[in-house]
Parts: sequence; structure tokens; C-alpha cells
Amino acid sequence: MSKQQAILSTRGLSLSFGGVVAADSIDFDLYPGERLAVVGQNGAGKTTFINICTGYLKPQSGQVFLEGADITGRTPREITRRGVGRSFQLPQVFGEHTVRECLLIAASAKAGRTGALRPLEQLPNAADVEATLELLQLAPRAGDLASSLPEGQRKLLDIAMALVLNPRLLIMDEPTSGVSTEEKHLLMDVLMRALDERQVTSIFVEHDIDIVRTHASRLAAWIAGRIAADGPPEQVLADPVVIENVIGES
Amino acid sequence: MRLRLFVIVLLAIVLALPAYIPWLKTPILLALSNGLAVLGVIALLRAGQVSFGNAMFVCLAGYTVAFTARAAQVDALVLILLGTVAATLAGALIGLFMVRYRGIFFGMLNLAFSMVLFSVLGKFGAVTGGTDGLRFDRPTLGFVQMQRDGFETTLLIIAVFVALVAGILVQRYFRSARGQQLAAIKTNETRLEYLGISAKRVFWGGYVLAAALCGLGGSFFALTQGLVTPEMGYWVRSGEIVFIAILGGSGHAIGAFIGAFVFEFVKLYVAAWLTGAWQLVLGAILLVMVFAAPTGIFGLLERLLRPAPALSEKRA
Repeated sequence: MSKQQAILSTRGLSLSFGGVVAADSIDFDLYPGERLAVVGQNGAGKTTFINICTGYLKPQSGQVFLEGADITGRTPREITRRGVGRSFQLPQVFGEHTVRECLLIAASAKAGRTGALRPLEQLPNAADVEATLELLQLAPRAGDLASSLPEGQRKLLDIAMALVLNPRLLIMDEPTSGVSTEEKHLLMDVLMRALDERQVTSIFVEHDIDIVRTHASRLAAWIAGRIAADGPPEQVLADPVVIENVIGES
Repeated sequence: MRLRLFVIVLLAIVLALPAYIPWLKTPILLALSNGLAVLGVIALLRAGQVSFGNAMFVCLAGYTVAFTARAAQVDALVLILLGTVAATLAGALIGLFMVRYRGIFFGMLNLAFSMVLFSVLGKFGAVTGGTDGLRFDRPTLGFVQMQRDGFETTLLIIAVFVALVAGILVQRYFRSARGQQLAAIKTNETRLEYLGISAKRVFWGGYVLAAALCGLGGSFFALTQGLVTPEMGYWVRSGEIVFIAILGGSGHAIGAFIGAFVFEFVKLYVAAWLTGAWQLVLGAILLVMVFAAPTGIFGLLERLLRPAPALSEKRA
């Protein structure tokens, strides 16, 4: 593994919900430039791991480090400000705003002092919004209400809102769920091109093995709150434990 | 552009009418006072929150004006400033607690606070004048002692100017990043937090703005009447403010004033024709509005005033 400093690390991360172990002493390192896919059955603890890393849940024990700094128990707001973007399985957009306004509101979080009376569209970093709209191919829908977008584009908008903040790490929970099979690859092509261009390290939870093979540089398989296998996708996908418990092709 | 023209015509009517019908000054001043308070409540409505207690800030400002005017010879302009500052500070303090709540809890907690103030003002009669309230002598206005007519006319001109400036500034705030963040609370607070934006801080800003505007309205209300009573902070008054906001529409700052004028004049004329039944008529009007025009009177006007831009925007 690379000797450079990990962008995200966890040590002994544990969390249980009653008798259900969602995270079981997870030790994990993610390095800059990696595209990590996370696979696992429902209830394996994938989203719990993301929720702990992004501050939504606090672990019962263990620590999370972002570029060496302990961020355990920090709020989502603080972790976002430190350079971690997040998208959701159910897209979290501002339904009553247009696509462009959603991105402008997102950009306003990083615009410094915006002034209480300066129009939203005159943000100092409004150019970033237009660039992100182009990058994620949302420009043709920029004037449409976010709630009117089809699922695939709403997913992209959700990701775009995280991306416009120029995060160093982007964590995406099932970016292709609810999207038709034909659209999935198109969406991931657009997305991965954008992440490459912005040089963003990424983690994405995914159920479609074909997508994982095509777009991940590294794969981690989750079983019962633990990382059962971690490495290059082809190697992990050939692991008999992963085949039996995750892919279900034993 | 059409909207600007509409506002200019409206202002001209508001300023010109009392010259021909002098008794209209008081209802117009009351409508403007209400309009300022409604403007504040509209800020909260944009965040998807309904307060049933904002009249407490109107009342607080009114009593600040009355206490100060009774204690010292203070000019009306200074009284307006003091009333507004008192309401703003109270809003800043109470807001620290309120912004933790949403929906029905937010609405009812505001109501609870306002009823505490209402009861305190009613029960501590020795200080507050009890349910009879406090009267105060007409203060100087612009450091000039005036007769009632001159005082009302000058206060009306100042109120129109203040309402115009407040309307423009609040509308600009609605369009600003902070104002749009406030509106985003309505649809997705989770996303705001995951953008690194504190929804509570944004909402606190909106809450303090609402309190300040209610205070501004309350100060004008007190000066117009020369009397303040605990009724100014009664929950029904808070309900009226919300009623007017829905009636006028929360899509634009001007909705607050349109709603306030319709409310004041329907109340005035219906009360004259159908004594004791004005609430019935206003209730019926609100029912019709909710079903036929949920965006309020402004929403209806917007369709009439802005057909061309809406089409071109869609094509763009």
C-alpha cells in the first residue's frame, strides 16, 4: 500500500444497535486518488460506516481520522468544512429551488462573507456553479425545479451540491440506486470523469458488480459490520467468502 | 418593472388618499404597522415555520415606547428606534431557544412565550397598567411638537418611507444567499448541514429579523394609538399576523403590505356593516384564498403583472 498519508483512516471503529453489530472494530485506510467501492448485503453496515465517517453517528468506540486529524464525533457540518463531501441514497436536494439555485446555495457555504443583501446569483464563486453544472451535464436543466428532475439527474444534483464545495474526499451512498440499468453506466461515466477532473478521492457504496468492475480502483466487501476483503476489485470479487456472502454466486 | 409601477401607484394612493379623506390616516397607519410585523412572519414562513406568538415582539416594542414616553421627553423617532431595538434583543435571546424547534413545537412554543408576556402585563397592573394598558402623551416628532393631525400626517409619511425601505431590504435579503439558505430550511435541513451550513444559525437570523420587524411595526402601532394594552401580544393577534401573511402571500415582501391593507379595510368596512361579524367574512375570504389562491393575493397579482418574464424565463 502507498506510504503517503491516508486521507481517511479508522481504528477500532465499533457501533451496535441493540444486538445488531453494525461496525465491528473496523481498521481502514483510504489514500489520495483512490476510488473505493463498498459492497455488502443489506444490513452489513455500509451506510453505518459512512454515517460514522461523516459525523451523523457517533461510534461507541474507535476513532476516525481525516488526514491524520481526529474527527471522531465531530458534527456533519464540521466534517464537511474539513473537506469531506457526501451524497445520499435518497438524493438530498432543495426541492422548491431550481437546479442552479441548489448549487448556488451549496456554493454560498464556501463563499466567505456573502453579505445579507447581495443576490444569490452574484456570489463570488458563482463561476464554480456554472462549471459544476457543465461538468455533471446538468446545465440544460439548470432552470428546472430540483423536484422535477428524474431520479438519475437528482442523484447527480445531490453529488454536484457536494462537489461544488471542492471536497478532497467524496463519499457517495449508492449513487446508482433507483436508476435504470442503461442509465447507470452513463451516470457513473459522467460522475467519474468529474471526480478525475477535480482530483477528488472517493468512496461509493454500490450493489452492481459490473459498475464496481468498471469504475473502482479498490473494493472493500462488508460482512456483518466487518471488512471481510479489501483490495483490487478482481481479487476481492474472486474471494470465496465474498462470493458466498456478498455476490451470492457460490 | 410592472411590479415597480404597481408599488409606485400603491404608494401614491396611500399617500394621496388621506389628503382627501383625513380619517383614513389611522387605518392606513395601522395597516402599515401590521404590514411590517407580517413582513417578519413571512421570513419565518419562507423557512416553512409558522409562529403563533410573534405579536409578543409587537407588544414588547409597544410597551418599550409607552414606558419610555411616560418616563422622559423622548422624540417619536427615538421611541421607534428604542422599541425596535428592544424587540430585536428579545428576539435574539428567545431565538437562541426557539431555533431548536420546528413545526408545531415551534409554533406552540412561540405562543406559550407570548402568553407569558400577555399574563405578566395583565397581572402586574401597578407597573404595566394591567388590562387597561398604558396611555402616553403625544411625543415630539422630528423634535417638533405637533397637533394630532400634523403628527399623524408626518408619522404616516415616515411609516410609508420605513415600510418601503424595509420591504426593499427584506426582499433583497430573501434573494440573498442567507435568505435562500433560510428558504432551504423548509425543504432540506439535512442537506444544509452537509454543506457545512448551520441551519440553526440561519434560522436564528430569520427569527431575529422577524422580531425586529414586529418591533418596528409595534412601535408605529403604539405611536398611532397613544395607548398600549396586553391585547397587542394576545395569541389572537399573532394568529392575525399569520392570517395576513397567508392572505397577502409570502412570495414577495409586498405581499405583507397588500395583505395588511386588505385585512384592515375589510375589517373596517365589514365591522361597520355587519357589526360583530367581521371575523366571519375574513374567515370566508381566507377559506377561498387557501383553496383558490394558495400563494395569496400577491401570487394572483404576480400572474397578472409578470406574464411576459415568466414565459421568457421558461424558454431560456
